[in-house]
Amino acid sequence: MVDLSVKIGAITLQNPVQPASGAFSWEYNDVIDLNRLGALVAKTICREPRLGNPTPRMAETEAGIIQSIGLPGKGIEYFLDHIVPEYAKFKPPLVVSVNAETIEDFAALAEELSVPDVDVIEANISCPTRNQTGGNFAMHEDYTRDCIRAIRAKTTKPLWVKLSPNAGDIVSIAKAAEEAGADCLVIANTFLSLKIRTDNFRPALGNKFGGLVSPALKPIVLRMVYQVAKAVKIPIIGIGGVTKAEDVVEYMLAGATAVGIGYAGFRNPTALITIIDDLEAWCNERGIKKVTELIGAVRDDDMEMDTLVAASAGV
Amino acid sequence: MSFEPSDKYTDSALRIGDTDPYPQRLVGEFIGTVVSNDWVNPEYKHLILKVHPHALKAYAGQMFHLLCPSPDGAEVWMRRPMSVYRVDRTEGQVEFLYKTEGRGTRGMAKLGPGDDFNIAGPLGHGFKLEPGWKNIVVLGRGVGLATLAPLSQLAAEHGVGVTAILSARNPDVVMSKELFEELGAKTITVVDTDNSSAVENVETILEDLIAKGKADAFFTCGSNRLLKLMQRLGEKHHVPGQVAMEQIMVCGFGACYVCMRTFKVDGKLTLKRVCRDGPVFNMQEAVGW
Repeated sequence: MVDLSVKIGAITLQNPVQPASGAFSWEYNDVIDLNRLGALVAKTICREPRLGNPTPRMAETEAGIIQSIGLPGKGIEYFLDHIVPEYAKFKPPLVVSVNAETIEDFAALAEELSVPDVDVIEANISCPTRNQTGGNFAMHEDYTRDCIRAIRAKTTKPLWVKLSPNAGDIVSIAKAAEEAGADCLVIANTFLSLKIRTDNFRPALGNKFGGLVSPALKPIVLRMVYQVAKAVKIPIIGIGGVTKAEDVVEYMLAGATAVGIGYAGFRNPTALITIIDDLEAWCNERGIKKVTELIGAVRDDDMEMDTLVAASAGV
Repeated sequence: MSFEPSDKYTDSALRIGDTDPYPQRLVGEFIGTVVSNDWVNPEYKHLILKVHPHALKAYAGQMFHLLCPSPDGAEVWMRRPMSVYRVDRTEGQVEFLYKTEGRGTRGMAKLGPGDDFNIAGPLGHGFKLEPGWKNIVVLGRGVGLATLAPLSQLAAEHGVGVTAILSARNPDVVMSKELFEELGAKTITVVDTDNSSAVENVETILEDLIAKGKADAFFTCGSNRLLKLMQRLGEKHHVPGQVAMEQIMVCGFGACYVCMRTFKVDGKLTLKRVCRDGPVFNMQEAVGW
């Protein structure tokens, strides 16, 4: 038996595999047993009902899909009355992602969402199609610090902060979020992207720009997780390009405590369950008793080696 | 189970004969075996897939989300939603009739007998027959007829009479005529080549069917102008209707909000998800395209 459980602050997850916000809803209960997931992560909620961005909202590229949804939703009242009870039917903790255009509203929303059936507030300060003074605060460390500090003052729920891969220096922003009281960093949101159609010369997405969702993100986000893990003490959830159990292992070796999955669940609706099963089998095969042994276990302490020595080693 | 790096994607889909670890499921991910995948005319192919029994719950108007092979060596990232053409519960098969057009369907066209094909479904709300309906009118064009074809199966099971008006560019690409007739539907073919597919002519045919009491409900798919025509006549003569819609789709479960379309509900414009609120909608609420 492998102990797959991991702790993120005060919250224990039965395993380190959870869906990414925006790529999941309780409606996946139609096809998988949601009680097997590490956590349930609701789509980002805003205060007012929003239609979202013009269609098309998705386009395929050579290296993945780009999508721009625009945070559609029925608003906070509907969310609390109708959607939270749907998630409450299942055992894993409920993570509620939240976005607002001002720091004040971010804090107020987090406070209103701090109800018993909500276990974690995830501050989505990195929606790639919002601007950096209007909801995409993760582009700048001062905005990040101010926003997270304001939310922290209004809720005692565990506070996870979703960072942007589009910021220049994600390590500084991660440190600002930690300093302001974040309990966990979620790395990362999608990469701002563009596709132009060569048949009609128009951008492929109704919103022009979109976020890249793809297995191609894994090495880039893995590098970010690795760098941030060396700089902060709070746990990290790695999101980007996980399609199999070894990807979970890789993120954990880099310093993540858990992973979020988007794309793989779109392609194979049963993927998260298989990844959990495969992760257990992978640990079993190697005699790993607790999955937490993998966190930050990358062997990189002897990397300052001489080039001539390295080039004479076996392959 | 293998952990080679070449295992690009995980695969827990149900194969024929597999025991289901989650029997309460409404939707499955299945790996079926291709029985045949033949051309029915120069543009359309007909794929027959042997599948796990859970996939046979699909009914007319519902979709499967198809993991199409690559037509060109480059990745096909997303599944392609496709309505089911026929469900053969005796043989344990689902069938698709499709036009080879984009990268997904061109990849699908390469499948041959014995090949694996991964499909997820059945998804969405399909066509519904109300108890009082004795005769329905089905009007479709092009590949939309593949979506409407299983209505003949549904209608036959409920003892409902069907008149199917099949519209196409020319007589060679009229779809689903045999399938409709096999199940007892009366078919009327209209084509562009002799101008019989013109809206005015189709309107005359529909008015005639309404006058003869053969139109308790309307069903359509595949043509905006035919949708508008049925909406107009449906409103005028109080004939209820259903329309199957399509949109670029990602998850298929209602989670990602990619496949949105505009509808007019109680006089107000709103968005609905084709994958979960549809793909079959109240005809009068559809805004068209």
